[in-house]
Amino acid sequence: MTKPWDETSEHLLRELAPQVLGAVARRFRDFSSAEDAVQEAMMAAFTQWPQEGVPENPRGWLIQVASRRMTDLVRSEIARRQRETTVARDVEIMEPPADIESDMDPDDTLILLFMCCHPALTSSSAIAMTLRAVGGLTTTEIANAFLVPEATMAQRISRAKQSIKTSGVPFRLPSAHERAERLPAVLHVLYLIFNEGYASSIGAHLQRLDLAREAIRLTRCAKALLPGDAEVAGLLALMLLTDARRAARTGPDEELIPLNKQDRTLWDRAEISEGIEQLTTALSKGSVGLYQLQAAVAAVHDEAARTEDTDWPQILALYDLLKRVSPGPMVTLNHAIAAAMVHGPSKGLELLKTLDADDRLAGHYRLDAVRAHLLEMVGDCESAIKHYRIAASRTTSIPEQNYLMTQAARLTEG
Amino acid sequence: MKYILMMNTMRAGQGVPQWARKDLQAHIAFMMGLNKELRQSGELLSAEGLSFPDQAKLVQAGKDGAPFMDGVFPESKEFLAGYWIVDVDSPERAYAIAAKASAAPGPGGAPLNMPIEVRPIMSGPPPEML
Repeated sequence: MTKPWDETSEHLLRELAPQVLGAVARRFRDFSSAEDAVQEAMMAAFTQWPQEGVPENPRGWLIQVASRRMTDLVRSEIARRQRETTVARDVEIMEPPADIESDMDPDDTLILLFMCCHPALTSSSAIAMTLRAVGGLTTTEIANAFLVPEATMAQRISRAKQSIKTSGVPFRLPSAHERAERLPAVLHVLYLIFNEGYASSIGAHLQRLDLAREAIRLTRCAKALLPGDAEVAGLLALMLLTDARRAARTGPDEELIPLNKQDRTLWDRAEISEGIEQLTTALSKGSVGLYQLQAAVAAVHDEAARTEDTDWPQILALYDLLKRVSPGPMVTLNHAIAAAMVHGPSKGLELLKTLDADDRLAGHYRLDAVRAHLLEMVGDCESAIKHYRIAASRTTSIPEQNYLMTQAARLTEG
Repeated sequence: MKYILMMNTMRAGQGVPQWARKDLQAHIAFMMGLNKELRQSGELLSAEGLSFPDQAKLVQAGKDGAPFMDGVFPESKEFLAGYWIVDVDSPERAYAIAAKASAAPGPGGAPLNMPIEVRPIMSGPPPEML
């Protein structure tokens, strides 16, 4: 008995991927090969299921195919060793036992998430591993999403698996203490996936896999697995409250539209409500963190029907808190913007001065962009033009550069 | 973040074709090794060597937009010999790769210390979030 393939099937398949990987990796005690085998099973499913229908037991189907592949791998490995050494007698062929399906652990997805966001990996490797092993995406999809050749992405993944292997991390859930310690790194990887997707959902890149949606899906999944953690919920809220503005943030020519100029009727009300709901629950848990505070700022913006209705004093208060919870130059910069909106642009410009000496922000275009904006607000057009142009020359984003050059040109033409 | 690493070489006299065979082989092996290393680290997006400048043409749009070619490549001190496009985790890593390429062996096996121009590719996201 099969069910017809529909739009929910792909979602199901991706959700099953880490569960299947967990079962296979545990049984064969080889994460790296198991990951390859599951990837092959996923690709087989993507080819066969749309035509032949979704099997009655899709999980069992995937485990069967992946296990068969593992057995092949083990056999060829034995054959290779026999050719080389002829002392492979005690290596037994591991056939997948019939009960492998019961060998699943509800925590498998969580185990994989911590494994893929291992501190031994660079962030780009951790992102690629997470999307493949936890997200059930193919190497081709991930490569396209990051606009890199498939061979490059495949190599990055295989290196990442090598690092995981070398680090000797066992395939089990880290202790509660270790989890708490490593959770920020996991959330950061999810955050980076979202940011990449959100930033690149412009123009020519529209055909790319929707990384923002993928990040939201993975964070939802993490939240379900860690229901007690306020920051996971905070991150999910931040993503939803930011993603809700997606339709309004680019114009007909794919130009960037800043928050204060967006058509707010285009914002996704359902996403905003869900984000606010998630945030409210998170805040009630009593351990306020970086993501919850950022989500709270996003919520204040989202709740204003018009730009002029924005509750800037509240945003300023939130940035005061953020400065204490998670100090950094970007927080100071955003704090200065909020201060300018509450106490006037001169106050903002005064606060920016403290950042000039900060090496972490030296030469960063955002500082010049914000300064240009505040200088324009105080009416110093000449200096504003200068800083818009400096910012334009320093950004590495084309939509941002176009926006900044247009601002300078607008002021020049009066 | 993506960077282009551009290798500029002196134009006349110092060209690779004049080197001794041993030096040439060492240089080629070094470059192939570097590319292999970057491929294996999952950082290499592309690497290309360019033809010698005598194969170059300067093209401009002529009347009706038809290509108008100047047969002679202008004399200049340096020309682009090749480039790498890499996707790395930090600017420091891009500089380290450039330094490695710069020290490619030249005549007598001595490091060339060629200038490598490193420039970010406009692929950065507009960081609207924190």
